[in-house]
Parts: sequence; C-alpha cells; structure tokens
Amino acid sequence: MRAEVDPLPPVVRAPSVATAARSALADVATLTRRELLVWLRNPSLIFFTFVQPVMFVLLFRYVFGGAIPVRVPGGYVDFLMPGIIAQTSAFASFGTAIALARQVQLGMIDRLRAMPIARSAVLLGRLAADTARLVVTVVLLLGVGYAVGFRFHNGIVPALLLVVLAVAFGAVICTVSGFVGLRIRDEEAVGSFGLVWLFPLTFVSSAFVPVTSMPGWLQAFAKNQPVTIVIDELRALALGGPLQLHAWQSALWLAGIALVFVPLAVRAYRRA
Amino acid sequence: MPARDRGSGHRGTLARPARPGWAGRAGPAATSPPRWEGPAVVVEDLRKSYGAVRALRGVDFEVGQGQVLGLLGPNGAGKTTAVRILTTLVVPDGGRALVAGHDVARSPAAVRELIGLAGQATAIQEELTGRENLDIVGRLYHLDPKTRRRRAEELLERLELADAADRPAKGYSGGMQRRLDLALSLLSRPAVLFLDEPTTGLDPRSRLAMWAVIRELVAAGTTLLLTTQYLEEADELADRIVVVDQGRVIAEGTAAELKGRVGGEVIEFQVLDRTQLERAAAALAGLSAHEPSVDPEAAHVRLAVGERGSSSLVETVRRLDAAGIATEGLAVRRPSLDDVFLALTGHGAASSDGPPTPTRPRWGRGH
Repeated sequence: MRAEVDPLPPVVRAPSVATAARSALADVATLTRRELLVWLRNPSLIFFTFVQPVMFVLLFRYVFGGAIPVRVPGGYVDFLMPGIIAQTSAFASFGTAIALARQVQLGMIDRLRAMPIARSAVLLGRLAADTARLVVTVVLLLGVGYAVGFRFHNGIVPALLLVVLAVAFGAVICTVSGFVGLRIRDEEAVGSFGLVWLFPLTFVSSAFVPVTSMPGWLQAFAKNQPVTIVIDELRALALGGPLQLHAWQSALWLAGIALVFVPLAVRAYRRA
Repeated sequence: MPARDRGSGHRGTLARPARPGWAGRAGPAATSPPRWEGPAVVVEDLRKSYGAVRALRGVDFEVGQGQVLGLLGPNGAGKTTAVRILTTLVVPDGGRALVAGHDVARSPAAVRELIGLAGQATAIQEELTGRENLDIVGRLYHLDPKTRRRRAEELLERLELADAADRPAKGYSGGMQRRLDLALSLLSRPAVLFLDEPTTGLDPRSRLAMWAVIRELVAAGTTLLLTTQYLEEADELADRIVVVDQGRVIAEGTAAELKGRVGGEVIEFQVLDRTQLERAAAALAGLSAHEPSVDPEAAHVRLAVGERGSSSLVETVRRLDAAGIATEGLAVRRPSLDDVFLALTGHGAASSDGPPTPTRPRWGRGH
C-alpha cells in the first residue's frame, strides 16, 4: 500500500533559539515543580530524607565519636559535621536513581519523551528539585549539628560557601545516580547498586575518621578520592585552615564528573 | 482522504447507535480539526529489530483522517513496537512512517506536537491529584493558564473524574487511572491519538466504561490508532482492523470481514474420552459451512457456525447425544483473536512464537 502524501504538513512552530531556550526553561520549571510537589506529598520520603542524616549525626556524635581521636578545635563533633554533610548529600542521590528507574519502568519517561518538551528538561527538572531538597537538608543538618555542639570557627562567608559546596557536590553525585537509574531501570537493582558504590566512596574517606588511621594501602585511595577532597575543603571552610588547594581540586573533580555524567545521563534518557 | 462524518452512521457493518458526540455538546471537540492533506498515519515497509529479534519485518498500513484503526495481534506481534516508532520513541531500522504528514524519523519534534499517547504506560504522578496531573501536563504543552484550566475541567467532567479530581491519583481504581491518563493525552487536542492496549488488565466493567469513553472520542472525529489483543475490542471501536503476527501484517479489513473469514460464532467443547474425538468431529459434519477443527492434544473441538450460534448449539447437543459422546465445556461464543489466527495462520494466537515486545510492566491497580 503506497500513498502519495500531499506535502502539506500542519504548521508546527519552528522556534528561534531564544524561544526554544525560554520554552526549555519553562519545561524545567514545570518538572521541578512536579518533583517538589511529589516530595511534599510523600511524608515517608520527607521523613527518610531528614531522619537518616539526623540519626547518623547522633550515632557518630554520641556512640562512635568518643572512640575516634581527632585534632580539631571543638573535638569530634566539629570534625564530624562537614563529613556527615557530604555523606548525606551523596546519599540523597539514591532517591534520584530510584525515582528515575521507577519512571522508566512505569513508562512515564516514554510518555514524557513523546511530548514536545526539551530533551534535557526531565533531567534538569529533577536535578533542580534535588538541589532544592539538598539545600533544605544541609541547613537542617547544620541546625542539628549546632544543637549537639558543632560550631563554625571561620565566619559567615565560609559557612555559606560550605552550604554551596555541599549542595554542588550532592547535585553532581545526583547526575551520576541519574545515569545509573536510567541505565539500570530496575528499582531494586538500583538500590543495591547504590549501596555498592556510595558506601565505599563515602565511608572510605575522611568523613568519619582521619584518613591517617587507615592502613597504608587504603589511605592511598582514601586520601585522593574526590569525596575526601570535597570533605577536606568543607572542613577548611567550617574550621579554618588552608582553603585554596582543596578548593581547586574540588572544583575540578566536580566539573569533571558533571562533564562526563550529564551527557551520559541525557543519552540514557533518550534511549530509555 | 476526507474526515468522515461519524454522526450519520457511515460505519459499514459496525452498526452502532448514534451518540451525541463531544462535538455536539457544549464546548469544542476533543481534538483539533485536520490541518494537512493525506492520511493521518502512513506506514511503509517498516522494519525494526532488537538484536536478533525482528519485531517488525516490513509492515504497511494507513490510517485516514478521522478514522479508527485497530492494530490487532497477540503479545509480541510487533504492535507496541509500531506504536513506539510512530510516537517517536524508537527510530525504525528501515521503511518510512508519517504521522500527520511528518516523517517520524526526520522531524520527531513536529510529530510530538501533534500526537497524543496513552495506554500501557502511564504519565500519571500518583502522589498528585487528578487536577494537578492535568495542570502539569498542560504546562508541558505550554497552554496558557486559562486554556489549561478550561480543558482540564472539561476532560475531568467528560471522563467522569470530576468527583475525584482533588484526590491523589494513588487512590484511583485501575479504570479511573486509565481515564485520567487518557485525559492527559487529550489535553493538547492531538491530531492523532495512539492508544496502546487501552484496556489490558482492566476488569470487565472498567473495560466497558473505557470503551464508552473511546467511542465518544471517535464519534467526535478523533483520528485514532489503537492496539489490542482482543478481537472484540477492535470490533467495538475500530473502523478497520490490521492483524499483525510476528512482525508482519497477515490480514486487513473491517471487523465484519475478519469475522467472515473466521466463520462467525464458534461452538467449542472438549471430548471426555479422547478415543471419541474423531467420531465427535464426524458427527458435526455438515452442521455448518465450515469444517470442525480438532486439537487432539487438548481433546478439543471447535466449529465455526456463522451467525446461527444458538440454533447450531442445539443441533450440536442433539447430534453428540445421539452419538453417545460425553463432552465438557460445550458453549457457543463470539470469535476471538485466537479464532482469527487459527483461520488465518493455522495456529492459535497463544501458540504464536513471535518475537517478544520489549516489555513494559502493566500498570493499573486492578480493582
């Protein structure tokens, strides 16, 4: 069956670059809104977003902390808080991976892909929502930290920079998790896989103990991996100390990870 | 091909009571009027493989503007792959597909502006209410706030979701979720609507309700391509049916034509004593214009009896009784997809070992 098709397709707006960008931004805003609404409607999600990090603070502050010798101004709690903030920011990306895998499974990603929205909007919307959530989480953690004895020793601007760096770190880890979620596409597998890479990365770091307490072979990894570098910078921002070296290294690591994983995630979305 | 006037009963042998279409009520039609020349969907020699699995092996069909085409076939026949190509989700390996005049591979963005998709997958965010879901999708289609609200209200009303509009979709029944999902796909007034197995997994009552909704759309002139595993569903909703099997089109026509090829209603039963199977078949010889078909493994006999189901049933009982053959599950029923396949291919739909469609989990809560 061959049909001669009259070449008179319906007029579809051919947008200029500026219009396209505006419409993509509107799509990102809509999807961010959707993700945040979903989050607000889900008491259990909110609960776990906040309760787990608070539990970690209390656990390390009062259970393990006494046994971990550190040399920082206010004792272990001052050492702990920057570490736990980074660990929490990284673990927050679990939600990203699981939610995306679920949306692929349900076919929701398909439905969004069949709509006339920017290819990157779904991922950027999620990232924006995750970032908003991270800000709330980090601020909440600092509040809990203050309640259990943590103090900034370096003034207000470094304190604000700490929040910025912690959120940026969490957002970059979210792009990795987003890619993982879109590729693995299975909620449970994504959850297990998240543990496999996030646990070693955050625990084999300077988050909870001084790296020098680890055996030599492990130190080599722990000292040089990005999570440690970011945590050392967070610590310098909170407690004082040399900022520049770790700042550059952190920025390079985060930019590098984002440069690799954002395109990978967008590609995985297109093929989901 | 001009859009057809559905109100005046030009539906071939699929007689159907004239319904007041959406267009006939207050408010505009559910879909926009045609804006291009030529068929709504043109598929030519479409091919797609997933690794070694050849999901589509050269498929051709057309859907005229305002027409409803039923793509009928068993699981894994290639229906979903065809819909995924036509909705720009998958790029075909070969052949051509035009939707509303646009090539799906070359101008997918243009196609996305003009289509609606609903079915197996869901666009519903369960935590949000029905109205919120509609609002989000309306924003994604860049409808202005007034239009967005007006269309949402209209769809909630017509899909009988108004009472549940402010409840989270999580609590909706399977049927309600499908209707909400359909509403989402209609919000942009698509020129061509794709429904991928719109009633799979629904209970019979919800299925009937869904049919009623789709029939209203159809009455208002929506161009629709729907896939289904149920001959009955294609019969209920479609003007024309394309039967696919193992990535190929094996038949095409109206429901009446297909049923004609099957031989109308079907009498079937199982013989309790397998050794009497041949005698049972012989006893029914000449009862209808068709030969009885026998499945020795299942000790199962089926006979197409045209439109005279009940009287043939009585005659069947009389003959089997006279021959002293004990049976089980003797019944007359409407022809199924399985019967169509048996008639067209010699094997039933269930035993078709076609390539599996990349599966997406079914959704819906099944109550």
